[in-house]
Amino acid sequence: MLDVAGLRVSFGAIEAVHGVSLRVRHGETHCLVGESGCGKSVTALAIMGLLARGARRRAERIGFDGTDLLALSDRGMGRLRGSRIGMIFQEPMTSLNPAYTVSSQLTEVYRRHRGGTRAAATERAAALLGRVGISAPGLRLGQFPHQLSGGLRQRVMIAMALMCDPDLLIADEPTTALDVTVQAGILRLLAALQAEMGLALLLITHDLGVVARVAHQVSVMYAGEVVESAPVAALFARPTHPYTQGLLASVPVPGKLRRGQPLDPIPGSVPRIPPDFVGCGFRERCRFAMPACAVAVPLRERAPGHSYLCQLTP
Amino acid sequence: MLRHLPTALGALIVGAALLAALFGPSLVPHDPFAQDLLRRLVPPAWLGGDAAHPLGTDQLGRDYLARLVYGARISLVIGVVAALTSGLIGITLGVLGGFFGGWVDDLVMFAITCRLSIPLILVALAVVSAVGSSLSVVVLTLGLLLWDRFAVVARTTTMQVRRLDYVAAAQAAGASGFHVLWREVLPNIAHHLVVVATLEVALAILLEAVLSFLGLGVPAPLPSWGLMIAEGRDYMFFEPWVIMVPGLSLFVLVLGINLLGDGLRDLLAASRDA
Repeated sequence: MLDVAGLRVSFGAIEAVHGVSLRVRHGETHCLVGESGCGKSVTALAIMGLLARGARRRAERIGFDGTDLLALSDRGMGRLRGSRIGMIFQEPMTSLNPAYTVSSQLTEVYRRHRGGTRAAATERAAALLGRVGISAPGLRLGQFPHQLSGGLRQRVMIAMALMCDPDLLIADEPTTALDVTVQAGILRLLAALQAEMGLALLLITHDLGVVARVAHQVSVMYAGEVVESAPVAALFARPTHPYTQGLLASVPVPGKLRRGQPLDPIPGSVPRIPPDFVGCGFRERCRFAMPACAVAVPLRERAPGHSYLCQLTP
Repeated sequence: MLRHLPTALGALIVGAALLAALFGPSLVPHDPFAQDLLRRLVPPAWLGGDAAHPLGTDQLGRDYLARLVYGARISLVIGVVAALTSGLIGITLGVLGGFFGGWVDDLVMFAITCRLSIPLILVALAVVSAVGSSLSVVVLTLGLLLWDRFAVVARTTTMQVRRLDYVAAAQAAGASGFHVLWREVLPNIAHHLVVVATLEVALAILLEAVLSFLGLGVPAPLPSWGLMIAEGRDYMFFEPWVIMVPGLSLFVLVLGINLLGDGLRDLLAASRDA
C-alpha cells in the first residue's frame, strides 16, 4: 500500500531523516518507534508532502497504491490527502479549527472530495461520530472544539480522517497528549477501526506498550534511520540491533523489577548527526561498537521481514 | 460587570453617534446650510441663548445642532469607508506575506516600510491640494494611506496561525492554499483585525478633522467637525463655545470608538480562552 525507499529530509545543513525505507501493507498496522527527535514525525510529514518551508525532501521511491507520490503535483497530492490518505495529529487540543463547529469541519472534508449535499455529509458525519465512540453525535456536531475534552477531540479527529474512507491512515502519536485511561480507549478504537475497515495504519509512537498491543510490523528509528524492522513478535522475542535491545531493556516490566532497582537505560543521549556523517549513528552509545562501525553499515536480514542495520551478526 | 463599564460607555457613545448620523438631520428642524444673518453667534441654550437653537448658531447664523449631527454623518462615513479601504489593502498584503513568506513577504515588508516612511499628513495635504478637495478624495487618500497597521497585524497573526496544528490538519485533509487562507487563517485572525479597524476609524476621523481644519478636507459649505473648529477659530476668544462644541464632540466620539475597540479586544480574547 505504502512503499517508501531511501527517504531523506534535510533542513538546511542538517539532515533529519537519512535513508528511511518503510513498507506498509494493506490491512496492516505498522508502528514507527523511536525517541523524540529521531525523525518519526518528519518522516510522516514528508510522506504527506506537508513539510515546512525550507525542508528538502529526496527519496528513491514514495509509492502509494501504485501511484508515485514523488511525481505527483500539489493538486494531485491535495486530492489524495484527506480522501485516500488520512492523517491524525498529536495535539487534539489544537488540531481542530476553533472557529468552526465539529459538523462543519467534518462535512467540509467530505464534500471537498466526494461532493454531495450537506445533508448527506452531515448524516455520514453523525454515523462516523457514533462509530468512533461518541455518544450523542447529534449534540456534538453542533458544538465548537473548545466545548470538547481532549479525548473527544481526538475521536473527532479520527472521524474526520475517516470521512472519505481512506486506504491509509497515518497517526502521529495520537495518544501522547491524552491521559492514560483515554489513551487506552483511543488505541482500542484505532485497532478496531483498522481491522474492520481493512485500513493500512502507520502509527507513530514512542510507547513500546502501544506497539506490543496493536502493531503487526514494527520499524525502530534512531537518529533519522530505520535501524531495525520486524514483525512485532519477532522484534520483542529477538531484538537484534543493539539500540532495539537497549530500548526494550529500558522499559520497566511490572513484577520483574524490584522496588528501588535502577532501570537499565541506554547511556548517553541522541547525538546531533553532522551532515557528512557516515557509518552507524548509534556507535558512540553502543557497547558493541567497533572500528568498522565508522564506515557504511550493512543492512542484514535475520528472517524474512526482519531486517536490521548493524555490523553484528545475530 | 464593572470590568465592562468602559466598553459599555464606548458602545453607548458610538451608538449615539450612529443614531445621530442616521436620523439626526431629519429630526433637527433646521437646515444645516440655511444662513440667518440676523441671528449670528447665538449662544447655546445653557449660556442664555434661545430654545430654537439648543447649541446656538455659527458666524453665518446656521443652526449649530443641525451642523453637528450632519457633521457626525460625514465623520463616520469618512472613518468607516477609509478603514474599509485600508483594511482591504492591508489585510490582503499582510495575510499574503505572512502566509507565503519568502519573497512575497519581503515584498510586503518593503511596501510596509515604504508606507511608514511617508509622512501621512504632508502627503494627504499634497494630494488634496493637487487633486482638489472633495469628500471622496479625502476618503480615498486616507484609505490608501492608513493600511500599514492592518498589514503589520495581519502579517504577524497569520504567521502565528499558519504554524498551528489545525492548519496542518486542514492541509492533511486535502485543503488548497486558498482554502486554508480563507477558511482556516482569516476567521482566526479576525478578532485582532476588528480591534485594528476601530483604531483606524478613530484615526481617520481625527485626520479628516485635521485636514478640514487646515482647509484641505471636506469643502466649505459641508459641515465637518474639523471645519467647524476652523471656522470658529476667529471667535474663540469672544465665544469659546463655538470651538468647544465640535471639539468636545470629536473628543468624545474618538474616545468612544477607542473604548469600544479596547473592550472588543478583551471580550473576544476572553471568549476564545473559554
